[in-house]
This record gives sequence, structure tokens and C-alpha cells, in this order.
Amino acid sequence: MNLQRRVKFEAERDHEFAQWISHEVGGEKLRHCLQCGLCSGSCPLSLYMDYTPRRLMYLAREGFKAEVLSSLSIWLCTSCYACIVECPKNINITELMYALKERAIQEKFYPRRFPVPVMAQQFSRMVRSSGRVTESWLIMRVFLRTAIWRLLGMGGLGLKLLRAGRMRLKREKIGHRREIGQMLDTVEATRKELGA
Amino acid sequence: MKYAYYPGCSLKGTGRAYEESLLAVFRALGIEFEELADWNCCGATSYMSVDQLSSYALAARNLALAEREHKDIIAPCAACYLVLNKTQHYMHDYPEIKLVVTRALSAIGLTCDGHTRVRHPLDILLHEVGVPAIAAKVKAPLRGLKVAPYYGCQIVRPYATFDDQRNPTSMDQLLAACGAKVINYSSKTQCCGASQKGTLPEVGLDRIRRLLSEAQAEGAEVIATVCPLCQFNLECFQEEVGNAHHHISIPVLYFSQLLALALGASAKIAGLQRCLVPVKRLLTSKEIAYA
Repeated sequence: MNLQRRVKFEAERDHEFAQWISHEVGGEKLRHCLQCGLCSGSCPLSLYMDYTPRRLMYLAREGFKAEVLSSLSIWLCTSCYACIVECPKNINITELMYALKERAIQEKFYPRRFPVPVMAQQFSRMVRSSGRVTESWLIMRVFLRTAIWRLLGMGGLGLKLLRAGRMRLKREKIGHRREIGQMLDTVEATRKELGA
Repeated sequence: MKYAYYPGCSLKGTGRAYEESLLAVFRALGIEFEELADWNCCGATSYMSVDQLSSYALAARNLALAEREHKDIIAPCAACYLVLNKTQHYMHDYPEIKLVVTRALSAIGLTCDGHTRVRHPLDILLHEVGVPAIAAKVKAPLRGLKVAPYYGCQIVRPYATFDDQRNPTSMDQLLAACGAKVINYSSKTQCCGASQKGTLPEVGLDRIRRLLSEAQAEGAEVIATVCPLCQFNLECFQEEVGNAHHHISIPVLYFSQLLALALGASAKIAGLQRCLVPVKRLLTSKEIAYA
């Protein structure tokens, strides 16, 4: 039997994490959260979440880093922005979800081969190298790294899309590909300079 | 005014019919446009999950390219529309983001002062052309075709100023002007599950099933969409979400395909041959011109 203490001690809170989230874009008003639950009520994915958005926001602002970053909720958020429209305190919940995703990826707080962060990383890699995304390649790369057997099941749909002229196999690229790298290097340098 | 048309990656792939039909509508209504030269991917939701600051810089390159040509942008894809608008807003609201983006752009000889407007085709059609002007040009009315207008998430939330965030009606008005009977679709702004059909299929399929069943239960004959990902999700997995007791088969078209047909475009120009759920029999049974 796996018995676990369900209550946290004050000393287990990560104050650096709580500070960090309140300084992220969208976190300015996190302290104003009333715990009203309109975010969870309006969220179409909260039904599947381990922590609903209301609970997740509370845990984040109180500094429960491991619980928040290893929660599947942040990967279930599809950025539909329903919560933002309803929040009476104008907390930018969707944006905070992005901050949490970014940090969870940096600190590898997600199960191995978990498809959502894998897809995000493959997507950004493709944009960095080509400037554009080719859907067919992206899908292939994600499945190769997560669930290779599912590629087989996709064959029928792939064929239909190909026949309908909706699937390009040739990689899409922009003309000035070097510009992408130059911009991203500058972002990196500026980030270091700002100490962010 | 000539617009910079920003297709985004999907409209060159799975969403080709969106591009083909939309450009046909623009031509029929005399909206002048030119594809933004050397545009890059907006970053969508994925890039933002990996690195937010870089994603603003990438999106801003497109804003800067349009600015150099003194044009406003038309962005038909929901994700592109949202990301470009969001970047515009955040550069204004957060000095740090503005600084990072400005430096990244100057490294490639571009500037972005934030004057480029990013607009959605629904906005242009409704507020620049207007419903009466469109109604006057209808050649092949949709004859009471029952359409469920499905807006999804990112067109109306949170940056669109052209429609109501909870109960958008811009597409309803355009389709009604073309002679369609617009259903009061209760899930019209509910999320389609985005890329979760690929990443977390149980969740994705569940979302898709709900949206399709509701449209069918409410009497829709066709679902009209404004987003390439919504269209893909709702159209391509109907066999998977249905079962022996509950068969789901409903055509899912871009709103622009219906508009193009009504304005006299052929089925091919409206991109109907790219549908996976056939639509011809339905349209001919309603005596809607299909040539």
C-alpha cells in the first residue's frame, strides 16, 4: 500500500517558485485570485485534469513547484482562453500555463515520451531550421518519438489526405532562413543581459 | 487598401481548401491582397510552450515585414490570428518583451512600431465589405442549408474586437446573407481539442465526439469552421468517434467555401473536392448550384 501524507508543511513550499510565477507575464494579479472557480467551470478540459485550473493556480502561487510542474493539467490546456474571458480578477491563466509548460520542459518535469511536450519541441525545432512547419513531417517526427505503432494506424487517413491534395511531403522553407537563427541568437543574448 | 495576406503553414497543407475558397471570395468582392513575402511560421501554441520570448520575436518578424510594406495583415488561421495579435499587444504592454523583440528584429534589419493591424477575414467581410454588399452579390443562394457555425477558441478570444467573446455572430450574419439557415449551435465557441487528437487521443476524440453529436442533434446538415485545426479535427475522425449505434457523418466546410459557392464559384474553386466527408449529394439535393 502506498500511503502518502496529503497535507503539506510550510517548510516544503518553494518560495523562489512562487516569486517566479508572480513575475511571469500574466502572473501580476495572481495574488488577487478569489478561488471562485470560474476558470475551472469554463475550462473544457478540466474534466480530465488532475488539478483543475483553480487548484493549479493556487498551488503555483503558494510555491508547490513539484506538484504543479509534474501535473498533467498544464499539458491538457489547449490555450482556448475561455478562463481568461471569465476570470473576474483578470488573471491571465492561459499565459501562466505557457510559463509553466516552458519551465516544465526546461527542468524535464514530464514523463518520458509524453507526447505534448515532445510535439512542442519538435515543432519549435522545425521552425528554427526551416522557418515554417510541414504538417506531415511534424506528425511523423512526433509519433516516431512517442508512439511509433500509431503511425501505422494513420496510414489510411494519410492516403486520403494525399489524394485530396491536403498533405505536402516536400519540406516548406522560407527564403531567408538565416534570419531566424540571427533573431534567436539575439533573443538569447538579450535574455542573458537582462538576467531573465 | 491592399492587405498583406498571411496564410500560415496549415493553409498550405491540410487547410488548402480554406486558402483556395477564401481567395476566391476576396476576388469576387474586390478585396485586394498580396501574400506577405517570405512570411514565417507564427509559432502557434507549440513554440510558446518551449520559449515564449523567442516566439514573440518570430511572430514579430511577420508584423515587421507587413509594416515595411505599409499594409495591414489578413490572418485566416485562428492560431496565426491570435499569436500575431498577442505579440502586438504584449510589445505594447511589456517593455521587456518590446526590448527583446526590437533587438532581434534589428539584427535582421527590420523594425516594428506596432501600427500594423492584424485582421481576420470575418472582420474584413463584415466591417469593410458589409452584409448588404455581400448579399447583393449572391448568385447561387444556399437555399436554407442548415449550417452550424463553429467559431472555436482563438478567433474570438481574447483579442478580437470585432465580435462578442461569448456569443460571436459574425459568421452567422455572413452565412444568413448567403441564404443559409443558421443553427443556434450551443457549442460554437467550445474548444475542439486542438492537437490532442494526436497527442492525447482519448481526450481529443471525446471533444470531437461531443461537438459533432451536438451539431447533429441540433439539426445541422453542415458545420462551418474558421480554423484549419478545427476543420481537420471535426472532419477527419468521424469514423473513429462514431460507433455501431451512433453513426456520425456530417460535412465540415470552411465558412469561405460556402461563401464562395454562394458568390458563384465552381465546386473546384471552392475546394470541395478536398473534402473527406462528401458534400455533393447534400448540396444537389438542396438544389444548390454545384458545378
